[in-house]
Formats: sequence, C-alpha cells, structure tokens
Amino acid sequence: MGKLAAIYRKELQHYFQSTIAYVMIGSFLALSGYFFFSIFRYYNYLSYQYNNYLSNQAPGSGSYPGDTLNLIEGVMRPLMGNMSVVLLFVLPLLTMRLLAEERKQGTFELLLTYPLSDLAAVMGKYLAALTVCAAMIAGTLLYPAMLAIFSNPEPGPIITSYFGLFLMGTSFIAIGIFFSSITTSQIVAGAATFGVSLFFLVIGWASPFAGPTLAKVIAQFSLLDHYDSFSKGIISLPDVTYYVFLTAFFLFMTLRSLESSHWRS
Amino acid sequence: MIQVENLTKRYGATIAVTNLDFRVEKGEVLGFLGPNGAGKTTTMKMLTCYLPPTAGTAKVCGFDILDQSMEVRKRIGYLPERNPLYEDMTVHGYLDFVAHVKGVRPSARRGAVDRAIERCGLEQVPRRTIGKLSKGYQQRVGIAQATLNDPEILILDEPTLGLDPKQIIEIRQLIRDLGGEKTVILSSHILPEVSQVCNRVIIINHGELVAADTPENLRSRLTTSSVVRVALRDAGDALARAKRAIAEIDGVIAAREIPPAHGIGAFRVECAPERDLREEIARALVAGGLPLLELYREELSLEEIFLQLVTEEVS
Repeated sequence: MGKLAAIYRKELQHYFQSTIAYVMIGSFLALSGYFFFSIFRYYNYLSYQYNNYLSNQAPGSGSYPGDTLNLIEGVMRPLMGNMSVVLLFVLPLLTMRLLAEERKQGTFELLLTYPLSDLAAVMGKYLAALTVCAAMIAGTLLYPAMLAIFSNPEPGPIITSYFGLFLMGTSFIAIGIFFSSITTSQIVAGAATFGVSLFFLVIGWASPFAGPTLAKVIAQFSLLDHYDSFSKGIISLPDVTYYVFLTAFFLFMTLRSLESSHWRS
Repeated sequence: MIQVENLTKRYGATIAVTNLDFRVEKGEVLGFLGPNGAGKTTTMKMLTCYLPPTAGTAKVCGFDILDQSMEVRKRIGYLPERNPLYEDMTVHGYLDFVAHVKGVRPSARRGAVDRAIERCGLEQVPRRTIGKLSKGYQQRVGIAQATLNDPEILILDEPTLGLDPKQIIEIRQLIRDLGGEKTVILSSHILPEVSQVCNRVIIINHGELVAADTPENLRSRLTTSSVVRVALRDAGDALARAKRAIAEIDGVIAAREIPPAHGIGAFRVECAPERDLREEIARALVAGGLPLLELYREELSLEEIFLQLVTEEVS
C-alpha cells in the first residue's frame, strides 16, 4: 500500500505542480458555469411564463402543464447532462499521459524493475487522475448550493446525480488509462479515449432504429441510459454495476496490456 | 551472485541474444562490451526482470529472474541506457519517491536518501529540479536511484554515455568506489573505460559471447600474432634494401611498408605465430648497415582485440 501511495502522490504532485490540474479544473468549471448560467436563465424565463399562465387561468380548472416545472427537472438534470459531456472532453486530456508519457521517456521501464507490482503502479496513477476528476466535479457543487440558497431543491436527486457523474468519471478514466497503456503517443491515447468514451455515450441513439431485442442490448451498453436513473434520484444496482464493471474491465485490460508489453517489446 | 545459463532472447525472427552463459562473483566489476546492437541492453533488461527470456534462465542471488522476480528486483539497482528520470521532480523528492517505491522502511528512508545523495556527490543540488541539472549531475541522480536501498547488485547500462571527459572520470571513480562493496555489471562500447574500471570483461557480438576474461588476459591471449614494428631513417635506397633483408629472414610472413613521413620509414613485420624474431631482424638490418631507429613488438590495444574478435565473428 505504501508503494501505491507513493505513485499516487507523485502523480498528484505532477498534476498540481504543473499547470495541468489547474487548466483542466478551470476550464471544466468555466464551461459548467456557463451551462449553469444559461440553463438557469432559461428556467427563469419558463417559470415567469408559467406564472403568467397561472394568473390567466380560472382558479380550480384542473391540472397545469407546468406540473413538471421544478429545479431538479428544469436545472439539475440538463446541467448534469451537459457536465457529463464536458467531462468526456476533459478527462481524456487528463489520462492520456498517465502511462504513455512514462513509457515514451523510459521511466516506466525503470519503475517496473523496482520491487513494485503492476497493480500498484496502475492503481496509484488511476486514483490520482480520479482525485483530480473528483475535485473537478466537487467544484460544481457550488451551483446546487446556490439553488439551495434561493429555493429549496430536493437534495436526494442532487446527491444521486453527483454520485452517478462520479461513477461515469471512473469509467472514462479507466478507458483513458487503458489507451494510455497501449501506446507511447499521448495524442493517440487521448484521441482513442475520446472516441471510445463518446461511442459509449452515444451508442444509445442507435436503439430506436434497431430491432426490439437489439435495442435493449444497445441500451444496456449506453453510458447515458445508465446515467438516467441517477439523475432522477434513483440508485439502482444494475446501473451501478454497469459503471463498476466498465471500470474494472478497462483496468483489467490495462494490467494485461502492461504484462504483454513485457514480452512483446 | 549472478548465474546466466543459455540465456536467449528472440524478437520474432530477430535474434537478440543466443545461449549466453556466464557467472559473476560477489564484488566483481564486470564489463559488458560489444558494438551497438550486440545484445548488451537486452541482456541487462532480462537480468533486471524487465524482459522475460525466450529460453534459458538466469539466477540473481540464487533467485530465478522469471519465477522470483520480486526477490530479484529487491536486490538489483538498475541504471537504464538513456537514464530516464522524472525531470519535473527535485533530486530529493525523486530519491524519496524511489525509496518509497523500493519499499524502504519508513524509519530507514531518510537515512537511505541522505546516503545516496552523499555517495553520489549530490549534496550541492538536493532541492534543484532534475530537468535543470547538468548531464553529469543527472547521471549521478541516475546512479543514486540505482544505489538507493543498498542493492547487492548494480546493473549500469552505458553509465558514461554523453558525458564530458571530466564527468566521465568522475563517474568512473564513483563506479570503482562502488565496486568494492557491490557486484557491478556495466556495459560500454568504450574500451579504455572497461579496462580501467572492470576486473573482468565479457565481449558479445551479434548476441553471442565472444570472449570472457580479465582485460590483461584478453590482451596477452591475443598478442600471439607477433607483429614487429621497425622504423628506419628514409635515406637513399635504405627502405628498399631493408625490405629485402627482412623478407629473407626465416619465419617472416610479410613486411608491410608504412608510407614514410618526416624522413622516417617503417614496416610492420608479421612473423610466424609464437615466434619472436626481434633479434634476427635487428641483426639483419645492422649487418646490412641500415639506419635502424626503432624496433619493438606491437602489443594489441584492447580496441584491436575487440575489433579482431568482432570481425572474426563476422567472417
């Protein structure tokens, strides 16, 4: 554990001593801040219209179309959806260097001749990237906090949707570290991570065109479909399992790929 | 300390190392010599458990490099060829990181780092960023990480590559100092380096062991070709007469003329193996009244031995 912690500290130090972490977290917060602002303005506009509509209605005339108008549906869900896309753009840039850079510079070769297991090396790096990702996501807690000051949004769905976003981050980073392990080019690692992550994100869009069975299968692969329940305030075992499995799978593949680099190179 | 048996490494159809067999005893400084691409680095990578061998085995301190790689790695300090370092870390920060990763006990960590810094002469720069240090200092940092935690064996791949002459002398001295207490394998293609630093030399070429001996033995073993060098003043027909006189001596195979310069002509006289013809040559030249200036048996330098071994291998 001490060795894993040493790798973790070194990576974290690298992120925070260079400008990487600040640029990443900064741009993520700036973009999500922009989304929060525009989504909130739109919500503001809607609720204004809704109030006008209510005052023009005769009292007691049944249900209103604005019943779904609440902060979770109107602000948090679209905001979290947008943030997951921004995360998709930012995380490959965070993970692409993890193994590719060290392999290119030869420092990884030296690291592997130390009495250190591959697992400790990979997990140390993985957890460091995850920490930066968590800091990034945690920074956006400011927005629901602002909502809570001026209104009273339900805390449950906010907590679960943050948990879901974090899980999605774990998967993106696992995909990223895997592609970083199979190439010595950071660009290739980043581009491949982005491509594959985006594919997992949008694969669900194909389900309306597929047959009923295939559509179900496709939906099971989709990062977005599995995120849906989290944003509604539900933590369901199949969805958690999906992210955990995706993460574990790519971490496992990373270890295999490192082992194969022993005998291939 | 190190036993290598039939070690073989193939990359697809390319053979990097074949049937390498050698032993290294405790406290020895072994020089690993060969032209570029001879398989030095590959062998070192196998000994440090980075590459698994295609066939054969090696035991380091009695531990198998394949089955007990963790035990081997605990006992080896390795300086890779291009000395890869984390350039954004400070010297002290880096060595502390290495101490953690090598699993030095927390109580011993500070002492181990300080000792490595002192041993490698880094006292002046512990807080400096590695990337901003001179190449000589970077090499010291590389050796410091290898010696950290006092491994029994040091494997240094081209430790003086790319350094200036003063730095080379310093690094060599450092390696010599380490040699007393540790078993060292170092690779090089610079021969004087090997003859200065090492007790024993292994020459490999095209992945095969060509020779293994002490530098002195290698030299004496290969000086049997007995070439005598003769220098004369270049006056009148002296050189032509000398050539004839030498050619008539029994046992001379050939006398090759070296173009005269500054009024001095010379011959390299190749004699029959195991025969010392210096006396006969001197007598013949003096008898002919020729202006003899110098006469000595040529000793092969390690360079020539090396070239000889390596070219023999090719032909």
